[in-house]
Amino acid sequence: MKKIKSIILFFVLLISSFTLKAQDPLMADTMRSDGKIYVVVAVASIVVIVISSFMINLDRKVTRIEKKINSKQ
Amino acid sequence: MWWWKIAGLLLLLYTFVMGFLGPVPALPIINETIRNLYFHVTMWMAMFLMMTLNVIFGIRYLNSSNLKDDLIAEESARIAILLGTAGLITGMVWANFTWGAPWVNDPQLNGTAATMLLYAAYFLLRNAVIDPVKRARLSSIYCIFAFVMMYVFIMVLPKMTDSLHPGKGGNPGFNKYDLDSNMRMVFYPAVIAWCLLSVWLMSLRVRLRLIEKKLANK
Repeated sequence: MKKIKSIILFFVLLISSFTLKAQDPLMADTMRSDGKIYVVVAVASIVVIVISSFMINLDRKVTRIEKKINSKQ
Repeated sequence: MWWWKIAGLLLLLYTFVMGFLGPVPALPIINETIRNLYFHVTMWMAMFLMMTLNVIFGIRYLNSSNLKDDLIAEESARIAILLGTAGLITGMVWANFTWGAPWVNDPQLNGTAATMLLYAAYFLLRNAVIDPVKRARLSSIYCIFAFVMMYVFIMVLPKMTDSLHPGKGGNPGFNKYDLDSNMRMVFYPAVIAWCLLSVWLMSLRVRLRLIEKKLANK
């Protein structure tokens, strides 16, 4: 009786270890299904667009000064 | 010639949208942080391009004795240090959550730190010499040495010993199985975007320095 009990316990533990191993790595799936990741993307895109327009403006300003200096000489 | 700047900005926007939304493989320990590949690794790629430009224009100066080549070399090194610092800081944040500490005793990390010091020494050397021609010649010779040492520190030594980085010291590289074709579609455009952006930043600084020089000569 004691032997049968220990064998059953062994198999129960064995099967439970399989289920533990089958766990998937954690990914931000809930955030994706909630649709909230798009908020992050929107914010990041706005930052990129603002910096981009600033860079373009800066480039044009430098071009203007270059033209001014070259025409003076 | 302005279209490549717009192309760089558009690719950057694509990176920031697809970097968050694109499908990535589910892997243990790194989980969603695998997306850092688009933001952290691209810093190093752009830095490598800037250091290559630095040595190319350094050698060009030795051939031409044109001070403009030396100016381009200097500003490339400046942007390289900027990108390298960004790469180190982002790497420390990433390592803190995946390797358990911001700075592990990894040959890749120590190698990049040594590289940063090498390029800091480049500016030390430049600032120590007053005569512009002598400064240009000395730093052009030094930058060849710095580039070779950078290659040894970043590309050679970490591959010979154990490293936590993928593709180094027996660890499989990203291209083996981690970097699937979905990630490639974001990673390669991201690399091009940061390379174009760093060239743009460098050219802006060169133009400002040239204006400064012209004003000083008047």
